[in-house]
Amino acid sequence: MDQAIIVSFVLSVMTASTPLLLAATGELVTEKSGVLNLGVEGMMLVGAIVGFATTVHTGSAWLGVLAALFAGMAMALIFAILTLTFLANQVATGLALTIFGTGLSALVGSSYVGTAVEALPKVLFGQDALVYLSLLAVFAVAWFLRRSHRGLVLRAVGDSHDAAHAIGYPVILIRYAATLFGGAMCGLAGAYMSLAYSTSWAENMTAGRGWIALALVVFATWRPVWLLVGAYLFGGIMYGSLAIQAAGAINLFGYPLVVPSQLVSALPYLATIAVLVVISRDRVKIRLNAPACLGRPFHAAG
Amino acid sequence: MKRRTFNKMLGAGLLAGAAPAIIGRAAAADPLGIGYIYVGPVEDFGWTHAHDVARKAVEAELGDQVKTTFVESVKEGPDAERVIAELASKGNKLIFTTSFGYMNPTLKVAKRFPDVKFEHATGYKRDVNVSTYNIRFYEGRYVQGVIAGHLSKSGIVGYIGSVPIPEVVMGMNAFILGMRSVNPKARMKIVWVNAWYDPGKEGDSAKALIDQGADVIAQHTDSGAPLQVCQQRNVVGFGQASDMITLAPKAQLTASVDHWAPYYIKRAQDVIAGTWKSEDVWGGFASGMLIMAPYANMPDDVAKAGKAAEADIGSGKIVIFQGPIKDQSGADKVPAGTALDDGAIAGMNWLADGIDGQIPS
Repeated sequence: MDQAIIVSFVLSVMTASTPLLLAATGELVTEKSGVLNLGVEGMMLVGAIVGFATTVHTGSAWLGVLAALFAGMAMALIFAILTLTFLANQVATGLALTIFGTGLSALVGSSYVGTAVEALPKVLFGQDALVYLSLLAVFAVAWFLRRSHRGLVLRAVGDSHDAAHAIGYPVILIRYAATLFGGAMCGLAGAYMSLAYSTSWAENMTAGRGWIALALVVFATWRPVWLLVGAYLFGGIMYGSLAIQAAGAINLFGYPLVVPSQLVSALPYLATIAVLVVISRDRVKIRLNAPACLGRPFHAAG
Repeated sequence: MKRRTFNKMLGAGLLAGAAPAIIGRAAAADPLGIGYIYVGPVEDFGWTHAHDVARKAVEAELGDQVKTTFVESVKEGPDAERVIAELASKGNKLIFTTSFGYMNPTLKVAKRFPDVKFEHATGYKRDVNVSTYNIRFYEGRYVQGVIAGHLSKSGIVGYIGSVPIPEVVMGMNAFILGMRSVNPKARMKIVWVNAWYDPGKEGDSAKALIDQGADVIAQHTDSGAPLQVCQQRNVVGFGQASDMITLAPKAQLTASVDHWAPYYIKRAQDVIAGTWKSEDVWGGFASGMLIMAPYANMPDDVAKAGKAAEADIGSGKIVIFQGPIKDQSGADKVPAGTALDDGAIAGMNWLADGIDGQIPS
């Protein structure tokens, strides 16, 4: 392989990994506060179409990115009102949010099919700002959760909402904030799909990446830096399997290297199951990282 | 028809399964009900879009004589059977099932509704009230190959395949045969995406192929993402199923456009006239079921060569799978002086000489 191919490979892997990383970072913060939002795919799709439509009408990709961020937040707000204020079941509501987002984005997007926009401008080393933002966000979240006081409070709310409430922290308010942050990041991930990864809108264009992002959070056992590793691992495998095919026959010890693409599609989920099995054998590790109140509703009077 | 209606239909389909005889007896004077079931969204800008354009053409052509209904985004599998049964029980007398995976559901439902005519696209199993129909897409691939042969400087075409079925394999072979008719040293690199539709992966495949020296990209997947990558990387490519020029005005050379309208109109007329028979139709340029989108981004002489190939295939002067054709191992797959018959083409499971990569098992 010559240098140009390697550079192009690295850039392409980064592109494939960025939407996973953005969405998973948001979901990680949400889950750390004890809220399980399965609506990642739906929020991404709504972010993708709103960002795309805004870019088409205003001509400004950055307005599009901003609009996608708010669209993701708006979706998360619906989820938060239903589950945090009205105490609806989080799993059911999250699934409903995905179905709603898929349908809504298709409805809004039908008139944008076949339209193209300029890709997000590249800022450094052939990558756009959202790529760097995704990397920055992981480390910022890692610092926030581990080192800052507010991060400690957020983790406390996720681990024992009753104790946090007893000390006087506004549990519901904090969970609202974490859920909205998650929505905003999913909106950005969607914008990345429709404005940078492919520069057009297509129905259901996330093609399951929201679910991979959800799996990633578990794969990383709720640790931001492992999220980075996982996102680039999955992105690398996704793109690598295509690149190997394009390169033609690669021989390993005399046997042609064939990667079945079905296996590659299933790999993120297989890896997540494997991680779940491993951590479920190690109770200490789960207690250390998994939010103890994940998915459990909080009612102050209780 | 939008999702709400679709969901209602799914529910109703369950009931219909239990009591098919009670519902839907259309009077003779009523317009002919025609149902369509689509695997993707009508706005997919590719496969399903082309079917829906043809459905509208049927309505425009036959007016009050017909009433069409469609259900979009129906997964291949148990859902499909329910939706087809629902369409049949709602009084539709002619039903088009437009994806390969609808084959067995279509045949099952057809047995329960002997007075309804069914038309299954791209399949190979028929019944007294089930026809099959398809387009010879590979004819368009050959023309694309001729154009690529003229334009490619590296002599390498990158081909994005969806899933390894004969339909896709014959397209690859036709393309390399067309390309080698111009440039005998041309080679093809392939990537299997294992999906019909994933814009992200399709675009990534185009990137990987361009990195490997391909300067023309062809695709057998449904989104416009590969063409957009072509435009960004200053290479050229071909649209799939629909004219995708708006997505990549500087990159699309042409596209094989599925033109189902003449067939759909004819079959509706046959049912109205009472002359409908179960048939197997496989139409190409000659039948008007396959057309090429306006040629762009190429010099006039290349466009002329493409047009000539179109005409010669239509007239039968060019027979695409005419021997001698070698396979990847160099063995004579089609001996000189013979040509493959439709059965051998429809079951194609080998790659021609000049293609790097293999069919995943």
